[in-house]
Amino acid sequence: MSSHDPALQALIDRIAEARARGTPLCIRGGGTKAFYGGAPQGEPLDLRPLAGISSYEPTELVVSARAGTLLKDLEAALAEHGQCLPFEPPRFAAGGTVGGMVAAGLSGPARASMGAVRDYVLGASLLTGRGELLSFGGQVMKNVAGYDVSRLLAGSLGVLGAICEVSLKVLPQPPATLTLRFDLGQEQALQAVNTLAGKPLPLNASAWWDGTLVVRLSGAAAAVQAARAQLGGEEIPAEMAAAFWQGLRDHSDEFFVGARRASEGAAALWRLSVPPTAPPLQLSGEQLIEWHGGLRWLCTSTPGAVVRSAAEQVGGHATLFLGRDKSAGAFAPLAPPLERIHRELKRAFDPDHLFNPGRLYPTL
Amino acid sequence: MNAPLPAAAIPAPTEAERRGRQTEVVAALSGVLPRHALLWQREDTTPYECDGLTAYRQQPLVVALPETETQVSAVLQACHRLQVPVVARGAGTGLSGGALPHAMGVVLSLAKFNRILEVDALARTARVQCGVRNLAISEAAARHGLYYAPDPSSQIACTIGGNVAENSGGVHCLKYGLTLHNVLQVKGFTAEGEPVQFGSRALDAAGLDLLAVMIGSEGMLAVVTEVVVRLIPKPQLARCIMASFDDIAAAGNAVASIIAAGIIPAGLEMMDKPMTAAVEDFVHAGYDLNAEAILLCESDGTPEEVNEEINRMLDVLTGCGATRLEVSRDEAQRLKFWSGRKNAFPASGRISPDYMCMDSTIPRKRIADILLAIASMEQKYQLRCVNVFHAGDGNLHPLILFDANDADQLHRAEAFGAEILETSVALGGTVTGEHGVGIEKLGSMCVQFSPEEREQMLALKAAFDPAGLLNPGKVIPTLHRCAEGGKMVVRKGLLPFPELPRF
Repeated sequence: MSSHDPALQALIDRIAEARARGTPLCIRGGGTKAFYGGAPQGEPLDLRPLAGISSYEPTELVVSARAGTLLKDLEAALAEHGQCLPFEPPRFAAGGTVGGMVAAGLSGPARASMGAVRDYVLGASLLTGRGELLSFGGQVMKNVAGYDVSRLLAGSLGVLGAICEVSLKVLPQPPATLTLRFDLGQEQALQAVNTLAGKPLPLNASAWWDGTLVVRLSGAAAAVQAARAQLGGEEIPAEMAAAFWQGLRDHSDEFFVGARRASEGAAALWRLSVPPTAPPLQLSGEQLIEWHGGLRWLCTSTPGAVVRSAAEQVGGHATLFLGRDKSAGAFAPLAPPLERIHRELKRAFDPDHLFNPGRLYPTL
Repeated sequence: MNAPLPAAAIPAPTEAERRGRQTEVVAALSGVLPRHALLWQREDTTPYECDGLTAYRQQPLVVALPETETQVSAVLQACHRLQVPVVARGAGTGLSGGALPHAMGVVLSLAKFNRILEVDALARTARVQCGVRNLAISEAAARHGLYYAPDPSSQIACTIGGNVAENSGGVHCLKYGLTLHNVLQVKGFTAEGEPVQFGSRALDAAGLDLLAVMIGSEGMLAVVTEVVVRLIPKPQLARCIMASFDDIAAAGNAVASIIAAGIIPAGLEMMDKPMTAAVEDFVHAGYDLNAEAILLCESDGTPEEVNEEINRMLDVLTGCGATRLEVSRDEAQRLKFWSGRKNAFPASGRISPDYMCMDSTIPRKRIADILLAIASMEQKYQLRCVNVFHAGDGNLHPLILFDANDADQLHRAEAFGAEILETSVALGGTVTGEHGVGIEKLGSMCVQFSPEEREQMLALKAAFDPAGLLNPGKVIPTLHRCAEGGKMVVRKGLLPFPELPRF
């Protein structure tokens, strides 16, 4: 079947050639997340020729798209039918692809309420390091046939293989959305937003920065209005609110623009994923909090070991998201049994270490 | 059922071999477990010889019932040293034979790990031992207005450890997700007895998402002893519509139309006419016995939200030709509507000596097609089949009725089941939506996955369990086994001409 698709065949040939020559490959789409993880190494394996939505049936709530499909094209196709990707994948720049979205595994502001990329992956086809095209999962909501390899690919940064096609669950866009703002210190904001998340309210996203908590309600119009009456706070005009959430999602707002600039100097932008109720982290620098307390962005020049240890102490982990010096690794080190399983999985999928060496961990 | 009996897969040991091995294993485990936590006499181990799939039975060599994590680790270490297979077991309610013992192996019963360790209302999490019953978590969380969403029909009895092994669903998973979407972290031991944890109390963990592959791995990658689950706020109100249709295809169309209207119901279930008759006779819920199909459509949320959604669904159902519509007035009536659906399996047990429950999933739009196909299979195999569906997610539970005392009926039922699964794959679906592969659907895995895909999954298992000691022989059939069965893989994914209609 592969020979029917020239773009796919070209990838298979390219892998065979690289394997024969023993040269590593750098899987790439739009290159919009090239900064994320370890530095890309190897000759490019461009997935963009393998593009296009393979099937989309709104009443099935499922879309399948090839890896090189532009994320903006996918989102536009869904929007035409009033549907969306509820995990709000970030678009750091134009040109991001569906394959890159899954491989990076990053989710936006709604993640704490709506789930992550991996929660919406239903199936995937990938090319392994042996150049075999394999499919796991499928296009249905419930599927427990075999191991859930397709979800394992979400956030794998390409180290297990080149994602060629993915099937995703999609949802209707919420009929109503409303954003409220509260003046609160960090500790009070964490308490307030976690208390809210435990109530049957249509809470969809939250963000805290510099003494202000912003929450987004999404759902049936009646439910959003009822919650608005219950919560108080100051309503932010719809247009301004949409721009705010988009800025947060795509890292184009003031905090992230500032952090990017700072990370070109002595500072770095850290992504701390912690239990939502973890107390305020006593680290110097500027913090922006998302995911009801579960995601804490920190722009700081504090040494990495101190940041990592602070995250670990509360049961989380810290990723060096943006920074000039990644010598200590972009991702938190793994405990011994997990490190061994990672190494063995790499060997099972990509025995010759062809794909994305060092992108996730130096030994993978 | 469409797999040959496990005896065919595993060369039967001689009685002398068995005895010798048993003595060796008992001696090793006696050193790490109290006397009462180790069973090997036939009369003691018989209760462990099968799980919820009673058609397959195997006497275990030894049953270990550890009471502490240290003991679990020690049992695994001892078994690893002796290279003895280990089959972990929870409540034994599984429907695919995932906990079927190994003839030369240890059954590791985790029944004593039944404590709820912590409910954190602010963080909306519960930390529980693996043997805690699914429903017990929601009961413990209820005083905080929270609950654990996945609700498999066996939730009174099944354990969270088993739910993790099977990635269990339930009737509300279209809106609230599967076990995968509601578990944050699992702790346990590797096949070598080394402590390990997957996931985190944070929303993600560093490295590959191993938790995603652990969930639904049917006890083949590691042994889970503790689980942190996500709790969600209990909706203020739930109401249910019971809709009758005089045509199966119209009911299937109504399911698609509700989704097309942008509604994600809290539950969306379908029963066909023979199933309705069987459950009505059992629970007396007042089901419409003249309907060809009944839909149960549930809405939950704030009272305002529920009223809005119920009205929208009533409009859609009316437009799709519903012949009778009833909305639950109160909680008692809502539960009554559900009582029949939740009792579909026991009700089938009353109308037939035996039944086989299938579990495939298909795209929702194919519901009418599969029902027509099943109707013609009833003729072909001369057996009756009653149908319940998680229609919202296209997950079918056809129940094939037969009498196991008649060898020919059993054989026909197995062939009937295999044909339903193969048809489901051909329609773009999967052989199991929520019950797992276990031992039962090994043969059907040859239809759904290519040899290379199965090899890759075997390699994935080896990455976690290099010696292949955890639940060996389940889930992924070997190349040899598929070759013997003579099944052809039905291709899917990256179709060369995706625009062409298929099947």
